[in-house]
This record gives sequence, C-alpha cells and structure tokens, in this order.
Amino acid sequence: MARSSYGRLLAVLAARTGDISAAEDALADAFERALRTWPESGVPDNPEGWLVTVAKNRWLDALKVRRPRVERVEPSLPDLDAIPDKRLELMFVCAHPAIDAAVRTPLMLQVVLGFEASEIGAAYATPTATMAQRLVRAKQRIRDAGIPFAIPSVDDMPARLPAVLEAVYGAYAIDWQVISGTTVRDSLSAEALHLASVLATLLPDPETFGLAALLSLSIARAPARVREGMLVPLESQDAGLWDQALITQGETLLRRAHSFGRIGRFQLEAAIQSVHCARAMSGVTDWVVLRRLYSALLEVAPSLGARVSLAAVVARVEGSRAGLAVLDQLGEPAFQPYWATRAHLLREVGGRDAAQAAYAKAISLTTDSPSRSHLSGMLAELSNERSGQ
Amino acid sequence: MRYSLLLQYSEAGGAQVSDEAMAEWQSAFDAYAKSLDAAGVLLSADVLQPTAASTTVTVRGGSLQVQDGPFADTKEQLGGVFLIDVPDLDAALAWAEKCPAAQWGTVEIRPTAVYFSGGQWNQA
Repeated sequence: MARSSYGRLLAVLAARTGDISAAEDALADAFERALRTWPESGVPDNPEGWLVTVAKNRWLDALKVRRPRVERVEPSLPDLDAIPDKRLELMFVCAHPAIDAAVRTPLMLQVVLGFEASEIGAAYATPTATMAQRLVRAKQRIRDAGIPFAIPSVDDMPARLPAVLEAVYGAYAIDWQVISGTTVRDSLSAEALHLASVLATLLPDPETFGLAALLSLSIARAPARVREGMLVPLESQDAGLWDQALITQGETLLRRAHSFGRIGRFQLEAAIQSVHCARAMSGVTDWVVLRRLYSALLEVAPSLGARVSLAAVVARVEGSRAGLAVLDQLGEPAFQPYWATRAHLLREVGGRDAAQAAYAKAISLTTDSPSRSHLSGMLAELSNERSGQ
Repeated sequence: MRYSLLLQYSEAGGAQVSDEAMAEWQSAFDAYAKSLDAAGVLLSADVLQPTAASTTVTVRGGSLQVQDGPFADTKEQLGGVFLIDVPDLDAALAWAEKCPAAQWGTVEIRPTAVYFSGGQWNQA
C-alpha cells in the first residue's frame, strides 16, 4: 500500500474522534486482516474503502470494551467510493501550537507518511524507544486536549500555516541536525518533497507551492554536492550532474507560487534556488537578481544564514571588500557559514593571515566530514600559495 | 583547548534495554566517535558501566572507607566521557550538539585546567 493511501486512511479514521493512536491500532488490525483474507478472497474493488470499513468496525469493538465514548463515532460507514481526504487537517493537527515544535516533523512523518518510530529515530539518531515515547505523548496530548481536526479559517491561516510549512521543511533539514548516514538522508529528503507536494495539492497557496519548489530545486542539485567525500560549493558544481527533471518540476511549482501575486519566505528561497539552477542552461549566474532576492528575503524572514548569503552575493556584484563590509555588520557569530564566507572573501582581497584564521575558525565549527574536507583543502591551498612566494 | 564532554543521563531502564535498542545506540555512538576521529579532534572516548558497578573510596582520619555505588546517588548519572581537543567553546558546543546522548540526556562541556602528558603537567 502506497504511503499516500496510509496517510489518507489514518486521517479519515483519526478525524472522527481525535484519537490518532486508536486509529493507528484499528488500521493495523485492518491491514493484518487484509493480509490474511485477500490472498484467498482476492483484492476488493475498493481496497481503501474495505480497509476503512474494517478498521472502523474494529475500532467500534475496541471502544465498547474500553470506555463509553461511542457516541462520538458516527454509526454510518464511510462512502466506499469517496473517502474524504483529511490529510490536510491531520497536518494542521501535527503542527498545532499546542504541540512541541520538536515533535511536529516526526509526528507528520509517522501519521501522514506511515514511517515507523524506528525509521524516524534513525534519522534523528535517537533510540526507537525514546522517539516512540515522544510520539505517543504527542498523540495523547492531541486526544486529551481536544485539538480539532480542522483546517484553520482564512483569518487564522496566516498564523497557523507557517508551522506546517516549517514541519514539512524540517523533514528535509534533518541532515543538518544530526550525524547520520547518507542513505537515511537521501530517502528522507524525497519524503519531505512528497509531503510538500501533498500539502501544495491540498492547500494551494504561494507558500505551499514555494516550499515544494524549494525542495525540488534543492534536491535536484544533491548529485553534484559531494565529490570524493568532499563538499563541492554551489558555484563549482558540475551542472550536468543536476537532476533536470526535478529542476523542471521545481520551475513549474515556482510559477504556480508566483501566480498568486503574493510574496513569502519559501517562494523567495525557491526563486533563489531557481536562479542558481538556471546556470545549467545559461552557463552563468545572475548575481544582481540574487542580491535583490536576498534583500527581499531579509525583509520577510530575517535570518543570520540569509545575511551571510547576501554578503557572498554582494561580493560577486560589487567586489569582495563590499561583501566583507556586509559581514562586518554581523559581529563575530559562532556560525560556520559566516566564517567560511569570511575566509573566502579575505583570501580574495589578499588578507592571508586573517583568511587563515577565518578558515581555522570555520573548520573548528564544522562537524560534517565533506564540508570539513573542503575547508581544509582551501586552507591547505592558501598555505601553499604562501610558501610558494 | 581540551574539553571533556560529560554525558549525563538516567540509568532507569538501562537493565532492560533490548538488543535492538542497544544496536541503535551503538551505531549512533559509532558514527559520532568516527566523525570526531576523522576531524582529528578526539583524544579519548569512554562509555561507562552503570553506577551499580561503581565503587567509592574515602580516607578519613587514616581510616579507609570503601562503598558500593556512585559518589552522588542522583537520577541522572555520568555515563560517558569524550575528551576532545578543539580551539574554543564554540567548537566544543558544535560537537556537543551532535552527541547522540544530547538527544535523551545532557552533555556537560567542561574545559581542562591542566593535564599531565610527556612526564609533566601542562597548561591546557
């Protein structure tokens, strides 16, 4: 059964009583019965409808035994041909303000995509038992606090949507949080894109399309990001290795985002990635447009990362010293990209001692091996230039 | 500078950890230690046995006292020590954040004052 079916079935069951754990148990029972009976009786015409009906019956049985809350369950069977898609409601539940921000992404991975606690734990380098406990607690909270399975009103949407976008983006960003193997990383970024696509389909909005576009365009470059265990900076990447199909998909999504005529963080970030990806066709990078996009991004979603990126872009447009001047305004944060960018720019203006010190600082803050190898390589080059003089 | 990453976590349930959970735990620490080692910052890494295996020694007024158990009987106990050599606290923090134990316990970063090496005490 595909991941999209799992989320749909679980959502429709959980939405009835707000009890996700009970819905999971009932669905697991139904799957188990399907495995037993389908090989003999054949797969029903509407397998999803069959599963929902069986799961609901199992659930009603369980409720009778457990506690008298049966009145909340509607007695009618779901329309087998048209199971309503409640996954969007489920995503808003997972990213509800009453749910701890740290558990929102794991919760979505489990209930919308059907990941096991062990798989999610592996991605976060957290033991299965710990992850399972966090997920169970979050589901209890959803049930006990009575978090509604509802799509926020138009008025509430601007306040509620960012948390959902953030949680979906979190599935892509996991690899920056922990030291984990590349296999988990690659599979999860694909799942993040799947989640983002579901979200954009169910809730057309400039930001949902923007997020799906951002993930498509970022993942498209993954094949060129590391060479022989060493990080390859964006500018040096072989554009021929980029996934052209994903770039095309990202561009289509970005156009949908633009068509709303409303700007937002993820749309701008996607537009930035789009400018970088355009090098695959044009052979050049439009730094002036990038500077405009980063300035706009800083208006709507200021972050240290975006400020450092702006400095790097300013350096391309106005020269390295201008880029350094932008960095100078940021103090000296314990932020790896700041020091890596500073080191590159200092090297370009010939400030070798300062560049060496900045490279050393950047390296000391780097825990992932490909980035470290790249920076160590740059530092070694700089030292060689020096001794060669 | 030398920093000790002191891994503090609850031992509760430690006895009934499943083989599967133990394998996950080992694989997370394996990846972590190898990353530290590859970066050339790891001096040593010891994961300790539970405090049930601990013995404390005190000598007061010439009399030796040997007792079972840890120095402090607290809920969270010292469970491991990673000794690393990095330029400053920022770098130590970057590594501590990636420590698997930070996910379920607490990682205390403690700078070394002096250390004995090469036949003498050295300033860290």
